Amino acid sequence: MHPIAEKYLRKRALPSIFCSGCGHGTVLNAFLRVVDKLGIIDELSLVGGIGCSSWAPVFIKADVLHMLHGRAIAAATGLKLANPKRKVVVFTGDGDCTGIGGNHFLHGARRNIDLTVIMLNNGIYGMTGGQMAPTTPTDAKTQTSPYGNMEPNLDACAVAISAGATYVSRWTSAHPSGLARSIEQALGHKGFSFIDAVSQCPTQAGRYMHGTADPATLLNMIKESSVTKAKAEKMSADALKDKIVVGKLHEDKERPELSDRLYSIMHDA
Amino acid sequence: MKEDVVIVQGNEACVMGAIRAGCRFFAGYPITPATEIAEIMSHELPKNQGVFVQMEDEIASISAIIGATWGGMKACTATSGPGFSLMQEGIGYAAETETPCVVIDVMRGGPSTGQPTKSSQQDVMQAKYGSHGDYEIIALCPSSVQEAYELTIKAFNLAEQYRVPVILLPDEIVGHTREKLLIPASIHITERSLPSKAPDQYKPYEPLPSGLLDGMPVFGKGYKTLVDGQLHDAHGIRAGHDAEVSGKLMERLCKKITDHTDDLVDVESHFTEDADTIVIAYGSVARSAFAAVKQAREQGIKAGILKLKILWPFPDDTIRETIREAKQVIVPEMNIGKISREIERITRDDKKIVSLPKLGGNLHTPGEIVDAIRR
Repeated sequence: MHPIAEKYLRKRALPSIFCSGCGHGTVLNAFLRVVDKLGIIDELSLVGGIGCSSWAPVFIKADVLHMLHGRAIAAATGLKLANPKRKVVVFTGDGDCTGIGGNHFLHGARRNIDLTVIMLNNGIYGMTGGQMAPTTPTDAKTQTSPYGNMEPNLDACAVAISAGATYVSRWTSAHPSGLARSIEQALGHKGFSFIDAVSQCPTQAGRYMHGTADPATLLNMIKESSVTKAKAEKMSADALKDKIVVGKLHEDKERPELSDRLYSIMHDA
Repeated sequence: MKEDVVIVQGNEACVMGAIRAGCRFFAGYPITPATEIAEIMSHELPKNQGVFVQMEDEIASISAIIGATWGGMKACTATSGPGFSLMQEGIGYAAETETPCVVIDVMRGGPSTGQPTKSSQQDVMQAKYGSHGDYEIIALCPSSVQEAYELTIKAFNLAEQYRVPVILLPDEIVGHTREKLLIPASIHITERSLPSKAPDQYKPYEPLPSGLLDGMPVFGKGYKTLVDGQLHDAHGIRAGHDAEVSGKLMERLCKKITDHTDDLVDVESHFTEDADTIVIAYGSVARSAFAAVKQAREQGIKAGILKLKILWPFPDDTIRETIREAKQVIVPEMNIGKISREIERITRDDKKIVSLPKLGGNLHTPGEIVDAIRR
């Protein structure tokens, strides 16, 4: 076993539920490398929702709350406020976060509570067998959009920024270094930090949406679709269609954070 | 604390009891007729090193108190009918993960939006069966402001002892009645304990012989606990695919409560020893029933009352014993007749069980209950 895995994985919970070639393992890998670099494993409280993505924390030997579908951010809010000294990290999926958990996502961002939310985004409901999600591209065929997705898809980063998140970035499983750098920044950020971690799903999204279950092909597709924020700023909306804009998209160090404010009134009430 | 006498509303007494019991976290969403609990919590908790947070809905509220509990605080939420419905998935999660917490449902009337400002006792079955799957909770039911205070404290104590969500069921009348509350100088508080074993020796879901768990490995104490809503083994690892492990866990989740029914019994009986007719009542209806029984006695009728302060687990044996010699049992309830069926379940055919339902939001008058006793 790799030394990072040896050191941090909850071995009783293995094997993981991830299919071979799944991008979620790359995100988990990036996260654990940062945890190792910062030496913060004992400071972490991890929360997962439901879906493939949300199993990621279950495989880490740490304090872990594997919550109900969509409720990870709401539960993390209680965890953080009960003990603000803990670093609370939420692993969620695109359906978990922006579908069933959309309300909690909006209000977590609005409160600017000090959580790090990593949304593993494969654009599909994978665990249940490949149904369309709020993030599934328009016209894409899935098990519940056999004639093509009739709905537009949601940009979770734009939602996070407009709702009040104070650190927002997007990276992908094809950019493990950029992703790790961003996770480190998010963990160091005081406030609601949100990372859209685009990740390949060979089994469901790959087969049904992209015409291949080959992880390398899917990774290359992600890589070729990605443009940096700096480059994207010089591109037209038309040229940016179907592109994945990666990098730090938003940062605000001025907005007050919720747990700080709530604890500050305790003494002078 | 010094003994004190105050005049407060039932909802306020719940807050006072909660803070006395050690509650330091409240998450809630405004809803009539429970809103005063959130309002007063928002005022009082910061003065007691506690946190109040108003969440975006009741699903978030129950989720936040589950998080806060694992974060190390005693926590509760308060709601009414529609919000109680939304909280059910979280209550099931708390039962499954053995997360101690308190949910106060100030009962209003009707399905759906129903009767926001009127009283009822229509949620007594939802309290027990509201979430999907097999599990058990504890539900307590106050009939006065004094009991609202005392049973809130008890709810927190039992939540810790049994590692279970405890539901407090004041009806709207109890919630909004203002009356005398005697605050006792000393009161028993069950503090949350860490496991007796060190992290490397400890299995978070390995039961003691009683079926209960050894302490609570809250986060940040080195236990690195996995808390999972999927049925799990003693280590907390997923085992939903394993029929034997899953079946045993569900059975334990139920039996850790029902096996302790006798320890949990909380009833009060008056004039029942020689009674031909026994009225069984709970919540504010018990007060009308008490007045009715006294009136009946004045008229020379041998009537008695059994007041239930705990509804779940249902005190089968205690009730059976109390009503053994009675000829008839009358069960007035502000619902279609729910607990009366439980009484029917535990009695033989030779006894007359009279359900006295009342819908619409008004309390039974003592006269209505006296009429039923005389009938």
